[in-house]
Amino acid sequence: MSRLDIQKTYKLYIGGKFPRTESGRYFTINDSKGNLLANMCLASRKDFRNAVVIARNAQNSWASASALNKGQILYRIAEMLEGRKEQFISELIAQGETAANAKTEVHEAIDRLVYYAGWSDKYQQFFSAVNPVSSSHFNFSGVEPVGVVAIIAPENQPLLGLISVVAPAIVGGNTVIVLASETKPLTAISFAEVLNSSDVPGGVVNILTGKKAELAGQMASHMDVNSIIYCGTDEKLMKSISESASLNVKRTIFYKKHDWTNELCESPYLIEKTQEVKTTWHPTEI
Amino acid sequence: MQKNKDNSMFKASWTYNEAPESTDHIQIKKKYDLYIDGKFSKPIKGKYFDTLNPSTNEKIASVAEATSEDVDAAVQAAKKAFESWSKLTGKERGKYIFRIARLIQERAREFAVIESLDGGKPIRESRDIDIPLAANHFFYYAGWADKLAYAFPNRNPKPIGVVGQIIPWNFPLLMAAWKLAPALATGNTVVLKPAETTSLTALKLAEIIHESGIPKGVVNIVTGAGETGAAIVNHPDVGKIAFTGSTNVGKYIQKATAGTHKKLTLELGGKGANIIFEDAAIDQAVEGIINAIFFNQGHVCCAGSRLFVQESVADIVIDKLKNRMETLIIGNPLDKNTDIGAINSKKQLQTIENYIKIGLNEGGEIYQPDCNLPKNGNWCAPTLFINVSQSHRIVQEEIFGPVLTIQTFRTINEVVEKANNTPYGLSAGVWTQNGAKMFHLTQKLNAGVIWGNTFNKFDATSPFGGTKESGFGREGGLHGLKPYVKFD
Repeated sequence: MSRLDIQKTYKLYIGGKFPRTESGRYFTINDSKGNLLANMCLASRKDFRNAVVIARNAQNSWASASALNKGQILYRIAEMLEGRKEQFISELIAQGETAANAKTEVHEAIDRLVYYAGWSDKYQQFFSAVNPVSSSHFNFSGVEPVGVVAIIAPENQPLLGLISVVAPAIVGGNTVIVLASETKPLTAISFAEVLNSSDVPGGVVNILTGKKAELAGQMASHMDVNSIIYCGTDEKLMKSISESASLNVKRTIFYKKHDWTNELCESPYLIEKTQEVKTTWHPTEI
Repeated sequence: MQKNKDNSMFKASWTYNEAPESTDHIQIKKKYDLYIDGKFSKPIKGKYFDTLNPSTNEKIASVAEATSEDVDAAVQAAKKAFESWSKLTGKERGKYIFRIARLIQERAREFAVIESLDGGKPIRESRDIDIPLAANHFFYYAGWADKLAYAFPNRNPKPIGVVGQIIPWNFPLLMAAWKLAPALATGNTVVLKPAETTSLTALKLAEIIHESGIPKGVVNIVTGAGETGAAIVNHPDVGKIAFTGSTNVGKYIQKATAGTHKKLTLELGGKGANIIFEDAAIDQAVEGIINAIFFNQGHVCCAGSRLFVQESVADIVIDKLKNRMETLIIGNPLDKNTDIGAINSKKQLQTIENYIKIGLNEGGEIYQPDCNLPKNGNWCAPTLFINVSQSHRIVQEEIFGPVLTIQTFRTINEVVEKANNTPYGLSAGVWTQNGAKMFHLTQKLNAGVIWGNTFNKFDATSPFGGTKESGFGREGGLHGLKPYVKFD
């Protein structure tokens, strides 16, 4: 006996909620045979600006959460993903991956979350210093999150790539607005469901689906975004991102990697990229 | 007269005899050429400009103006030198840098006098701060040259290549040291441009670098103004730009280097908050306020130019501050009594005077001590503005002069919000005797450098640099190596 499947409506993920785009627009994603997989929300610049306001409001309290707490939340994401891995594998396959690659990608994605969960209360020690100044002062440098980070996720390996850039940013206390892979956006929104059930406070990770050509300029020029990460190889886009980033001296980070399964793609140095060094002085003489 | 009635007693109690530092032992040439490829050479277009003593506006010397042709020659020399310099062992590289540190120490007095002559800063500051810190910086990074593997665990740091460095006029030799020392220790070669109003100590440093025997082309020093800097920024063979200066120029450089794969670090402007709580040691805090804003005539990117005083102690702090300002000695930079020297240039004086006008027009209440400013040269009395708010331009914009704005606050959350409400994020100061309050504030303030119960302290081992529109990258300490290396 046949049964009609229930299809999922893929929406945006902003502030811990799943709104449709304010613009009411959509774009279609088809499988390799041309059958409709989903009508995705075509996020607008206004959606991005709304997400920035929410990410900014969420940033202070997320940064103030204890390192241990952040680590446990990242680990919780991994737990949730592990439990739903079959769904992600089938979504990746639907988007054109081979079964073997899809399986590897989901496994690596889960392990990557665990990897960064473990760094949550360690990277600070790795990047900090007590500085032996010549005067009678106690002087130390530590790292703090840069703030709100806009991320243009990789086109390929849409789940592993996204997690590989989001995890080091959020474990470091930043909040992010991610533009998912344009051609393979399904897993990004399903990942939002995982985030939503993983104790990640609303607004820490916000995920949009849409077009780079429409949104990249706004992401790079927004005056309340502190850093922008672009994953890809489009040199013209990198140039225009850097130019717009200069408006408020945004930190630009470019990842030109093609394969996010590489072990070089997990490193505390990726956490460091969205950290700022703060140096504090205090006299020791009384 | 009424306003100074109480304060004049402070002035009357103190008289000083002049104590000028002698200029007999210094050597200044009439004309300075460019230092390119180990030689002092005339600029290709043959143009020179005057460098003036800002305390008299008399000419000190002629300085070569490097055009894009000279910059190209310097970059080519640096590119050639990079081949062997980057292959030299760290130990040997370090030894050259140690030598430079020692040579600066040996000629420290000469450097201090020239720094004050050419830049206008009090001799006490150039003698006790600028020059020793510059030497220390070379000494510190010299020791890193053969230890870089320990700075970046699990990575393989490599030099970038030719580094273009553009430095400001407020700490001329010190900024040259901050730029050169880590770049050389990591195996890069350099084209450095000092600011056009303060080229002399960089050119004296070129003499020292020459004497150190460092291979030709490793350090090239080209003098000139903005166009010379632009030629460095836009040169295709430069792999990294390090810039210290205004936020506007920094943004221009970030834009100009877009799409070029040049690495970039920017140390830009600031509008530092200096926060005084009611439980602070008030007299120490007043000294701290003075040092935060009047150090180096306020020509300090990390100056504490926005004072926030808790309402309950505002009257007493402002009174004490005014009294203290009456005792400040403004005048000859070479006089060892001088607290506040000359404004670096006519242009900068106009900028500051313009901001003072803006402050008055926006309704701020001004206070300046009753002091006699010298007739010639560029001078500005130390200035306070009270009755100002967050929206005043003098509260929002960097003035880069001895002008302090004073606001009051009641609660911690209020002052944190006000202090962070600026596009800048370079420095902040906090004054309280309460430990928990101190650490709460140092955590909440968004700035790269925080001074607790002190201000404007610097050290070669201490990373310095900003957040937000104050730029990115750190100078000093272990963290100061990173901008000058690349990884596989």
